[in-house]
Amino acid sequence: MPKITYIEHDGKEHVLEVASGLSVMEGAVKNAVPGIDADCGGACACATCHVYVDPAWKEKTGDPSSMEMSMLDFAEGVEDNSRLSCQIKVTPELDGLIVRMPKSQH
Amino acid sequence: MSDIARIVILGAGQAGGEAAQRLRTGGFKGELTLIGEEPYPPYQRPPLSKKYLSGEMDLEHLLLRPPALYEEENIAVLKGVRAVWVDRTTRRVRLEGGRELPYDALILATGARARKLPVAGADLGGVFVLRTIADVDAIQKQFQPGAKLAVIGAGFIGLEAAAIGRKMGLDVTVIEAAARPLARVVSPETAGFYLDEHAAHGVRFALSAMPVIIKGAERVRAVGMSDGAEIAADIVIAGIGITPETSLAQHAGLHVDDGIIVDRAARTSDHAIYAIGDCAKRPVHHYRDRLCRLESVHNAIEGAKVVAATILGQEPPHEEAPWFWSDQYDLKLQIAGLFSGYDRIVRRGELKDRAFAHFYFAGERLIAVDAVNKPGEYLGAKRLIEKDLKVSPETLADNSVPMKTIVANAGS
Ligand SMILES: Cc1cc2nc3c(=O)[nH]c(=O)nc-3n(C[C@H](O)[C@H](O)[C@H](O)COP(=O)(O)OP(=O)(O)OC[C@H]3O[C@@H](n4cnc5c(N)ncnc54)[C@H](O)[C@@H]3O)c2cc1C
Ligand code: FES
Repeated sequence: MPKITYIEHDGKEHVLEVASGLSVMEGAVKNAVPGIDADCGGACACATCHVYVDPAWKEKTGDPSSMEMSMLDFAEGVEDNSRLSCQIKVTPELDGLIVRMPKSQH
Repeated sequence: MSDIARIVILGAGQAGGEAAQRLRTGGFKGELTLIGEEPYPPYQRPPLSKKYLSGEMDLEHLLLRPPALYEEENIAVLKGVRAVWVDRTTRRVRLEGGRELPYDALILATGARARKLPVAGADLGGVFVLRTIADVDAIQKQFQPGAKLAVIGAGFIGLEAAAIGRKMGLDVTVIEAAARPLARVVSPETAGFYLDEHAAHGVRFALSAMPVIIKGAERVRAVGMSDGAEIAADIVIAGIGITPETSLAQHAGLHVDDGIIVDRAARTSDHAIYAIGDCAKRPVHHYRDRLCRLESVHNAIEGAKVVAATILGQEPPHEEAPWFWSDQYDLKLQIAGLFSGYDRIVRRGELKDRAFAHFYFAGERLIAVDAVNKPGEYLGAKRLIEKDLKVSPETLADNSVPMKTIVANAGS
């Protein structure tokens, strides 16, 4: 299973194996990693699953859709590498992915 | 908090499940029991009328958290068990079968029941409501291409089921007592758009139409209407609203009025008992503390945050503007705020582009937004409402200024 490293805002790291097919958001929620709220459960409706994708992985995770980009516009502390983690599907190519969590999702 | 050693949560839906989790992450070390009548740990209902109904999502994805996590956090989840009595004097909950559980704090998160059709024949085979996994599992078996589906009630759940029905090749008729769909939840302007969309996808509508009987021998054959007409049907889904599950609260003598009445801290009229989620009626801060019974994921999660903070003696969360979404075909509707009492609507974007937002004003004040495929407009308006920022209708109607700029320039 692909390994994903989730880094909390305070620097705490969680290295997890996440099954392909799940989203990066689900990988966190199903393992009780704090820092991703995901209020809408992955429906791309809430923007509370914001993460920063490690720059080395930006290309492999692809580009956000225009809907996702409009939501990110309103996320707190948005950066070039901001994504909604429910919109990133875990695939074998993402083995080693590193994402960082923002200070707050609200 | 120090005197609270045992917390019982009644109802293992989204509100109950989130409350249990937040109590633990917030530092509660005592006994924590979550009691649910359904045979599943807490799951999300929104996909039931969307991707779970269409078969694109499975049970594992529906569960809010894997069952093992409850064990790890020492949360006792009693599944398939119904609570039948709350004794306030001895602070005990009695379960079906007689077992009794003592509590120091009791959280009622009993949700709501789908209303059954109040007509003869409603118990025939092929007639369903849509609230639980069990409901959808039964519906799915009959969701075959070419089958005739009659949806009674053009609310969100009914229309979402209609959209999935069309996607799966069913022949779909929507029957609605009001003159337009979504009458309770959006303006005529937004409703009109959805009516046209469903019609374009091949859904037939019977509006201002009252079903009076479900006809058939063992299974439904047709829906009989008040004017004598018949609408042929192999499957009927009734989406005619929900009734909050308040029977235990009522028997216990708590203050109940179309929902268990609670204060801002989620306390009922008995201060050892709290109520959250669909079963509760609570003051909504951004709307001058109007008492509302909200039916949404937002309300379930916020209730869980509030009750955990109250019990643990922690800072309460900032209240969000009520929010909701609905997925139909490729349209994502996002709603923030409460639109009742509006006197003016402003549109950004165009209906024909299938991407627009309707902003609702009451006097000078922006009170709500419906955004279709316009998530920025939704989030922007939500922020304006939550921060009580002023913005003019004319500014919002100006499509040449990005929503982000409008929000950044809005004054307090
Ligand atoms: C088909 C469908 C689609 C939806 N779509 C959306 C959407 O897109 N967006 C959105 O924001 N909201 C949506 N909602 C609404 C949202 O899912 C609900 O508001 C939310 O689930 C309410 O959570 P709750 O925990 O308060 O209640 P519930 O989910 O109803 O949970 C209450 C639980 O308590 C149990 N219970 C009741 N009485 C007892 C008892 N005496 N003993 C033991 N257990 C008991 C019930 O069996 C139930 O499992 C949808 C709802 C449905 C049904
Ligand atoms: S979980 Fe809601 S947008 Fe990602």
